[in-house]
Amino acid sequence: MDATESVAPEIRVRDLHVILEKREILKGISVEIPKNRITAIIGPSGCGKSTLLRCINRMIDLVEGASVTGEVLIGNVDALSPGIELTELRRRVGMISQTPNPLPMSIFDNIAFGPRIHGERDSKTLDATVSRCLKTVGLWNEVHERLYDPAAKLSIGQQQRLCLARALAMEPEVLLCDEITSALDPISAKHIESELLAIKNEYTIIFVTHILRQARRIADHVIFLYLGELVESGPAAEIFSSPKDPRTKEYLEGVFG
Amino acid sequence: MVRQKGIISRRYRDLIAERAVLIPAILVSVILIAMVIVFLDKASPIFITQPITTLLFSSSWHPLSGQFGFFPFISGTVWVTLLAMGITIPISILSAVYLAEYAHRRVRGVAQPLIDLLAGIPSVVFGLFGILLIVPLIKEQIAPLAGVNSSGYCVLAGGLVLAIMVFPIVISISYEVIRAVPTEMREAALALGATRWETVKFVVLRKALTGIIAAIILGFSRAFGETMAVLMVVGNVPIVPQSVFDPAYPIPALIANNYGEMMSIPAYDSALMFAALILFVIVVAFNILARIVLVRVYRKGV
Ligand SMILES: Nc1ncnc2c1ncn2[C@@H]1O[C@H](COP(=O)(O)OP(=O)(O)OP(=O)(O)O)[C@@H](O)[C@H]1O
Ligand SMILES: [Mg+2]
Repeated sequence: MDATESVAPEIRVRDLHVILEKREILKGISVEIPKNRITAIIGPSGCGKSTLLRCINRMIDLVEGASVTGEVLIGNVDALSPGIELTELRRRVGMISQTPNPLPMSIFDNIAFGPRIHGERDSKTLDATVSRCLKTVGLWNEVHERLYDPAAKLSIGQQQRLCLARALAMEPEVLLCDEITSALDPISAKHIESELLAIKNEYTIIFVTHILRQARRIADHVIFLYLGELVESGPAAEIFSSPKDPRTKEYLEGVFG
Repeated sequence: MVRQKGIISRRYRDLIAERAVLIPAILVSVILIAMVIVFLDKASPIFITQPITTLLFSSSWHPLSGQFGFFPFISGTVWVTLLAMGITIPISILSAVYLAEYAHRRVRGVAQPLIDLLAGIPSVVFGLFGILLIVPLIKEQIAPLAGVNSSGYCVLAGGLVLAIMVFPIVISISYEVIRAVPTEMREAALALGATRWETVKFVVLRKALTGIIAAIILGFSRAFGETMAVLMVVGNVPIVPQSVFDPAYPIPALIANNYGEMMSIPAYDSALMFAALILFVIVVAFNILARIVLVRVYRKGV
């Protein structure tokens, strides 16, 4: 995927510092994330991958007393600027979390939730959005007869695909995926992977994973974090075949799993 | 061999446990049925003097001439309780939401013990508080403002006192229920761009709905029968109230005020038993209704 170089970056992180409970979790991250590609963030547990993701859609705000400095430019909007409209930011930047978290409502309402709170009232449009998003994630055939059943009745794998569909329904530009297959069985995980691959030309996808093989399978671009620092980033092929930093090399060889 | 024996004894124990947990359920049912039978038996003389429709829907309460129309008492009970519910439900839910979702840890730390304290205060004390503060307030401020004359001892006073008494139960249970809603669910809504209030309204309250309804049921099962405090401020005049500024005479007050005193009047005794039976039926009906609502909500998969 040498196309990576030629694409304009969608997200530019500059000198991002995050301090939680007096501990510096991210120590000055600067990185560019290419548009309409899958970027994998890898690194040992606790190195700050989730924290980095949560800065991009400002979910980090939920942590009391968090200090976040630097810039996270999405297009030309700084996500960290205090005046930004959070609801609009989060519409542009969808997030799917590690464990499926369907809302306590029907399958239909789960997907329509985003569009509805962002002002979509027309029921025909909502119907169309719901079926389009369910089809995109390959869930339509499984659930189209029970759209009004509680989402909690779906299997875990189906729930996670529902969460993906729910994020897509807001027509975001960026998708943040935090170990989204780790709670799933291998088949469901493959489903999700292939769906991400299928939609990656339209979305900038940032994908945190612990599974290196998974990163190899789907990532175009890789960011390696270690103890809150960015060690290396670049096209996936380069990082995996010839990492420059010895720490990356050790991580890829499984020295610190 | 040993293993086989182990399995049998475990199965046996399981069976015993299954039966044992049935005992309380049976006991409760027996007590309930016994109560109905006793009240029916003791109340039966009154059915001979008047048909049941007259008893329930007549407003003429003249025990001396043997006329027992319970309608004033039934409507008094309903008025006071409905008013109290109308006041309690929105305020309690909003307070619980505030405490669980918005309040700073320190505010919560102060508020929670206060609410628990409120729940433990005997009802006579609330009654006195009603007489000292609420009754004069209604008489001198609220009633004139509404352009009516009122002694202050009225449905509104009863409803307010009752509401204050039910607050703590409903708030503290609703609070626990709201806190039990998983954080992930809130984050899911926030990450979709919902505001905090939208998250509370569409997700948290929805998820907590069954628990909140249960809290309200519990609160008002108490409210129906709450006697002392209401009796002290509600006026106790056997008329059908036409407005919240009219006095009322709820059933528990009727029983408490008269039991053991009016026994010289024929049939009064069984009239009071009938009153108890009505109260009982109202409470059971309310509970059944609430259960139906609960099941409905639950089926929606919330
Ligand atoms: N709310 C918080 N308050 C204080 N420290 C936190 C908080 N959340 C995370 N941390 C700390 O920040 C560091 C980075 O956490 P983060 O969740 O970003 O790691 P991660 O790379 O996603 O790890 P994993 O792969 O295990 O998910 C950890 O040391 C963690 O203890
Ligand atoms: Mg993480």
